[in-house]
Amino acid sequence: MSVTRPETKPKPLERGRVGERVQRVDGVPKAKGEFAYSSDLVAPGMLWGHTLRSPHAHARVAAIDLSEALTMPGVHAVLTHADVPGEKLYGLEFPDQPVLAIDRVRYFGEPVALVAAQHPEQARRAAERIRVEYEPLEAVTDMERATEMPPLHDESPTRGHGYFEDSRPNVVRHIVIRHGDPDTQGDVTVGGFYEVGIQDQAFLGPESGLAVPDGEGGVDIYVATQWLHVDRQQVAPCLGLALNQVRIHLAGVGGAFGGREDLSIQIHGAMLALHTSRPVKMVYNREESFTGHVHRHPARIWCEHRATREGKIVNVRMRILLDGGAYASSSTAVCSNAASFACGPYNVPNALIESTVVYSNNPPCGAMRGFGAVQTCFAAEAQMDRLARELDIDPVELRLLNAIAPGDVLPTGQTITGSLPVAAVIKQAAALKPPEPEEFPRDPLRLPGGAGNTTRGEGIRRGVGFALGYKNICYSEGFDDYAAARVKLFDDGSAEVHCAAAEVGQGVTNVILQVARTELGTDDVVIAPHTTATVDSAGSASASRMTWMASGAVRDACRAALEERLRRPVGEIDVERIYRHPRTSPLDPETGQTTGDRSHVAFACCAMRVVTEVDVDLGLTRVVWIGAAQDVGKAMNPQQVEGQIEGGTAQGLGLALMEEIQTRDGLITNASFTDYLIPTALDMPPVESVLIEDPEPDAPYGAKGVGEPPTVVSTAAILSALRDATGLELNRVPVRPDELVGLEGPAQPRVHSTPE
Amino acid sequence: MRISVRVNGVDCEADCWEGESLLFALREKLGFPGSKNACEQGECGSCSVLLDGELVCACLVLAAQADGHEVVTVEGLAEDGRLHRVQQAFVEAGAVQCGFCTPGLVVATADLLRRSPDPSDDEIREALSGNLCRCTGYAKIFDAVRLAAAE
Repeated sequence: MSVTRPETKPKPLERGRVGERVQRVDGVPKAKGEFAYSSDLVAPGMLWGHTLRSPHAHARVAAIDLSEALTMPGVHAVLTHADVPGEKLYGLEFPDQPVLAIDRVRYFGEPVALVAAQHPEQARRAAERIRVEYEPLEAVTDMERATEMPPLHDESPTRGHGYFEDSRPNVVRHIVIRHGDPDTQGDVTVGGFYEVGIQDQAFLGPESGLAVPDGEGGVDIYVATQWLHVDRQQVAPCLGLALNQVRIHLAGVGGAFGGREDLSIQIHGAMLALHTSRPVKMVYNREESFTGHVHRHPARIWCEHRATREGKIVNVRMRILLDGGAYASSSTAVCSNAASFACGPYNVPNALIESTVVYSNNPPCGAMRGFGAVQTCFAAEAQMDRLARELDIDPVELRLLNAIAPGDVLPTGQTITGSLPVAAVIKQAAALKPPEPEEFPRDPLRLPGGAGNTTRGEGIRRGVGFALGYKNICYSEGFDDYAAARVKLFDDGSAEVHCAAAEVGQGVTNVILQVARTELGTDDVVIAPHTTATVDSAGSASASRMTWMASGAVRDACRAALEERLRRPVGEIDVERIYRHPRTSPLDPETGQTTGDRSHVAFACCAMRVVTEVDVDLGLTRVVWIGAAQDVGKAMNPQQVEGQIEGGTAQGLGLALMEEIQTRDGLITNASFTDYLIPTALDMPPVESVLIEDPEPDAPYGAKGVGEPPTVVSTAAILSALRDATGLELNRVPVRPDELVGLEGPAQPRVHSTPE
Repeated sequence: MRISVRVNGVDCEADCWEGESLLFALREKLGFPGSKNACEQGECGSCSVLLDGELVCACLVLAAQADGHEVVTVEGLAEDGRLHRVQQAFVEAGAVQCGFCTPGLVVATADLLRRSPDPSDDEIREALSGNLCRCTGYAKIFDAVRLAAAE
């Protein structure tokens, strides 16, 4: 195991091999403003598309009148569900979402009609003239009541897929993990209720793309996405086209964080393009982006931790409730992840974990960085702090005492066979030295309240917190996907790599090039455009899997190409290889136990130490410093690994302190950067990161994905520090000033007071 | 209406609808898509440009207001094919991830260093607090500013 401290940061290379510090291959075009994002695309004769969306959270669509919209200037097409050429429903995992609303809208912002016009403003104005007659219906807006309300979907789209059979209305998935003897008592018991608000990915590049008809009935779609091939699988049937008539090309992606797993403009843009026989560009504005993609699931979590007097956990009981919103998206997997990682990376001999995700008329939820593990880490780590206090044990010691290690068994019955250096991340994070408290007076920028100049130091209390968390790498539960790569070797010694791995900003393009340069032993390697047209699927840039999977595929294709070169010394070599990770098995629907050797491929953990200051008179906060130690397997490119840790930490800070999609009766009330706040340069403290390299035996080069663990942990760690500063319970994120000054007490469940 | 703007030292003309922002005109009419359209409400700074030398959000300026004025965008910072020192520092420091905020941050940083060649850490944080970045957590952006200042 090797440990890299924050001070080792040599100047990056322009081109490098695996493990070297390399500057981004797309850094120069991006810094010059020359990189073509999905919103920058143009084509001759191009029209602009616009989406009319539902103003209701739940309503029957009685009638749609297009007549006036069709007469508006510049308009070329106005389309509704009747114009969807093929399947009317689509979905990332379950086709339960209408391409355009048919007879009912189930969430605020659901697409109802499309317009194509010469100017984007003409398209917007024409959309305003579409007359939709809605009959509002009662909206399901409280996740605790969803299972008692009339079903939002006539058929249960997720039933019959091998999950626990739950006949209650509006259950997307219910999972129970029973481990050991869940009735085991301990010497001490701590209970708690926790709540997480709706977080948004808030990637900066809004949803956008360009659809271009090919003149033969097919279409090319240039779009910002996380998984080109799964987009095509959803798009083609809805357009009534064969797969090979739809080509998806990756346009520049302005961030993703899970929010581009589901489709946005893909089918809509293609419908308008095919209908008008013109290229059609669609660009969401910020408000539409907030309503137009899925969010992080809000959660309510009931916990009970039982332990011995010495601090050994003997039993964890948790009930997790997640609001999935109107459509399934990836809710079933989020629900299962929340349950799988509910206990944290601790040795828990007995457990009863129940996790339920429901349909509602709230904003739809799906994938976001951390994917279910964020919500439960926040709850479980608060419980660990509570337990430490109850037992009068140092919180870091308590975590070390219970740290899980290879050879131990998870609550799902899976034995950890790969690397998981939990004790090492705890020790390394705990060893990072926070800065000494700064004297008053000081510049207001370095006080809670900042430039608002709200204190000179009165009422400021300092707190130090700690948290630990982990999550899976790669997809799970038998969803065994693959990644393909294609390598061409030319006679001049150069090489070209094709891989459809989506570069979403995380730097997978560099990883691909570093692997190819390492394997082929030459710097003379270029990467071809990412597209469905020339190479098989690489799978999704999700689940911290892309580095692992793309590395495996590119490595195998390079090695095969070199073997072929030995057989054929002259002429172009062109080989494609498919890489698969170790097989996983589903969880038993009754017990939540793995039905094979493993249900998750591998794991990565992270620990953080945080210093905060709170103005206890005004409820204002400042995060002073964050120290992180992360298990990265192998740092493929240390500069980018640090960047993932720093950026992932910032998103967790956002959830801790400021980020929440607010709703009233299901309607989003803060769909703008004025009202939905994300951390600015003034909100972020220095982040010191220690990289712990304990190679994952099953992964190419030993590398684990690194993007998610810091987001999983930082929310919990910041809350730990805020509790230390204030002595308050603070059981809800984001924390509000009202709670910090005691105007509002801890969050309470709406219906269920204790775990069932 | 027809507007004339000097963009990055080149005289440009375009037909604009009265409601169009300078950002829209730059991106869609004048061929300068480098400035980005992340919020179009003046909250994120991704469209930061210099209007007669002053740092502005191009989304908050009407195209018509820029008529007869001079604009410098991210595309105008590099000279003689060489990266501006701020651009070079962003690339070297790892301050670029998805890069959507980068053009605005590069322009804002160039403006900061022109006004204050050796800014303190607090000055950097305050000067860039109007430019949102969702990927980096800002740490490497601060590194880049310090690196460019040291050049």
